[in-house]
Amino acid sequence: MSKHFKLKRGFNIRLKGAAEAVLEDAPAPKTVALKPTDFPGLTPKLSVKADTQIKAGEALFFDKYNPEILFTSPTSGTVSAVNRGERRKILEIVVEPDGKKEFVEFTKADPSKLSRDEIREQLLSSGLWPFIKQRPYGIIAKPNVVPKHIVISAFDSAPLAPDYEFLFSKEKSALQTGINALAKLTDGQVYVGLSPEQSSGVFASLKNIETNTFEGPHPAGNVGIQISKVCPIGKQDTIWTINPQAIIYIGRLFETGKLDLSKIIALAGSEVKAPKYYKTIHGTQLDSLLKGRTKTETHERVISGNVLTGAKVDADNYLGYFDQQITVIPEGDDYEFMGWAAPGVDKFSASKAFFAKLFPKKEYVLDANLNGGERAFVISGQYEKFLPMDVLPVYLLKAILVNNIDKMEQLGIYEVIEEDLALCEYACTSKIKVQDILREGINSMIKELG
Amino acid sequence: MKALRNFFEKTKPYVQKGAKYHWLHSTHDAFFTLAFVQKDTSKSGTHIHDYIDMKRTMGLVVLSVIPALLMGMYNIGYQHYGALGQLATTGFWSMFLFGLLKVLPVIIVSYVVGLSIEFIFAQFRGHEVNEGFLVTGILIPMVMPINTPLWMVGVATAFSVIFGKEIFGGTGMNIWNPALVARAFLFFAYPAEMSGDSVWISADGVQKMADGFTGATPMAEGVAGHTSINAWHAFVGLIPGSIGETSTLAILIGAAILIITGIGSWRIMLATVLGGSFMGILLNIFAVNPFMAIPFWQQLIIGGFAFGAIFMATDPVSAAQTTKGKWIYGFLIGVLAILIRVLNPAYPEGMMLAILLMNTFAPLIDHYVVQGNIKRRLKRAPQSA
Repeated sequence: MSKHFKLKRGFNIRLKGAAEAVLEDAPAPKTVALKPTDFPGLTPKLSVKADTQIKAGEALFFDKYNPEILFTSPTSGTVSAVNRGERRKILEIVVEPDGKKEFVEFTKADPSKLSRDEIREQLLSSGLWPFIKQRPYGIIAKPNVVPKHIVISAFDSAPLAPDYEFLFSKEKSALQTGINALAKLTDGQVYVGLSPEQSSGVFASLKNIETNTFEGPHPAGNVGIQISKVCPIGKQDTIWTINPQAIIYIGRLFETGKLDLSKIIALAGSEVKAPKYYKTIHGTQLDSLLKGRTKTETHERVISGNVLTGAKVDADNYLGYFDQQITVIPEGDDYEFMGWAAPGVDKFSASKAFFAKLFPKKEYVLDANLNGGERAFVISGQYEKFLPMDVLPVYLLKAILVNNIDKMEQLGIYEVIEEDLALCEYACTSKIKVQDILREGINSMIKELG
Repeated sequence: MKALRNFFEKTKPYVQKGAKYHWLHSTHDAFFTLAFVQKDTSKSGTHIHDYIDMKRTMGLVVLSVIPALLMGMYNIGYQHYGALGQLATTGFWSMFLFGLLKVLPVIIVSYVVGLSIEFIFAQFRGHEVNEGFLVTGILIPMVMPINTPLWMVGVATAFSVIFGKEIFGGTGMNIWNPALVARAFLFFAYPAEMSGDSVWISADGVQKMADGFTGATPMAEGVAGHTSINAWHAFVGLIPGSIGETSTLAILIGAAILIITGIGSWRIMLATVLGGSFMGILLNIFAVNPFMAIPFWQQLIIGGFAFGAIFMATDPVSAAQTTKGKWIYGFLIGVLAILIRVLNPAYPEGMMLAILLMNTFAPLIDHYVVQGNIKRRLKRAPQSA
């Protein structure tokens, strides 16, 4: 039974620099890396030392508290460095490709003929398991759990996000194989959320799934929003989510027996000369891709991911584990005289307090300036406009700030992760760090209730 | 501008912690951030932030009260020359200038006293100076009778900032609307100077009121049984009353600014008007005295009803914060304001008390709305445990 959900709340930030539907090969990266920091709450333990020779699919590190969860190398080569930060925290495990393309051999089989345990084993040993996230909390799924349902969003509604139909239109068979594997892991349904434009795309033609359509502004494409409409999470329910890119990796793994982590990403943003798509590999180093492709007129901020939830990275850093876009925007580290009092014809805003409201079609260059100081919660009714769920975000955040576990549970902490409230943070008059507060709350839930 | 920026940047090290002029830190920061949007960029969370901030928000509220303030100034001159019986011979600008000169000292006292206290608290707490007082500081003069002595304005402002706001933790934490706390403080501490018929008109040198001028507000007249209100005068704002509350027309212009920019809650405004109308109609139906029989719509344009509904009840901090809560909160303010005004002769203006009372109950209203949300969510996804 396919349902159509029309979401009124939310907001599309009209940024300049969307990727044009043109695909190019990215230059081969000098190094690739995995970043344990892409996983909130993960304690990584190394399985290799620097200078070790490894094949694609061989483990680089594992989760200290769930040692069966492996993180494997996307390419064959040499482990060239383990970069550490403060208190010897592991930041990156860097692999220098040797160009030999040696693969660890995994089982090549039709997943619909395999058992649940066999599929789970294969996903764990190949290093594809960490792509599966669980709700509540948005952390790596626990292998010993059978989720109620698996929910997949087939579109990304975030600012300048890549078009999934463009990314995945040629991957139908891998998608289908991946879905078949995932379907074995749950007793419930595999739900796929489509945007209205995708009614005849590659996702709509998949089998073994139940589709729903979500119409509306961002965050309609967030899987958390879709879960809240399709199968709301109660206490002790577990829902798994996975990005279509990872489903393709899983499909390729079962079809070929090899770990093939090549992917297409979008290079977008107002500071990119010609925003378009590039074919590259998981964890690629960004410098060769960015070199000569950005405008370098001002200080630039390179973001792995989108402007709402991505991570700020240096130009010689690496693509994030889950990221499918690189966004480059101006840093905006400059003063503006009486900026708050200007009429604001050029100041795009989610509020109605600037004259830019009069130009509903124009696209804008937005920078990373905070545009104001941090304050207490003053304005009411602002966050609700950006969250199409029956959750009162300010009350939830206040419950987190006073660390009231019961209230957090009652007010819906199981249903949201950072990306769902990111728009609230963008629009907040008081410049409150919504995503940081929410993760703090999720961490204390995990600590208290496990 | 460059020179100004250089000055701020160069002096910044001297007000940092441990430096010689650290005690000026909050002051330096307040003026620097007022003059320049800072160069700080996002360190965590979202990379882009909306252009709207507290300065923009509060600035727009101040902008929205300006028409009512200007009209109030004119009205002070109008009442003065009216009492002298010289309306026909005095020009528009003379009247306005008279009012301007009367009101300006009150505004200055309010801002100087209030901001000084704000700066000191910000310094001690290590916070930035909050913009909330920019609004409070203009609202306080507007709810004062014109004859309030300046020292009283100062004391009331200090009381409202310290006990109405800072003891709770500053802007965003207060329970009551600070401007109304100032008004209520004077109302109960100095009742003689705050009510009666002589405080509303600046009548220095007026020996005897000209014909038709009593100096009483329409509410006081109403309680006394005189209910011949000149509705047009009441709407435009040519009646005795507090400095900024008299002109419903100017207040409506302010309301339009608040609603178009989305800064003020139209729900609270509308709910308050609905509540007031409801009570007014009810009183009309059961009228046993002339004041109860005043057409309900006239109740909305006299006294502080419009001013309270648009600028006071909508204070986002002390009002109800949930959507449903806002409707209940606003409606009850309207009902209570008219109820107190008409049925309790001891308090000729009910708006202040109605809003303060509902400020007190707003968290309770929100509590039940939030409980409703929790129950609904439980039903939707059973928390089996």
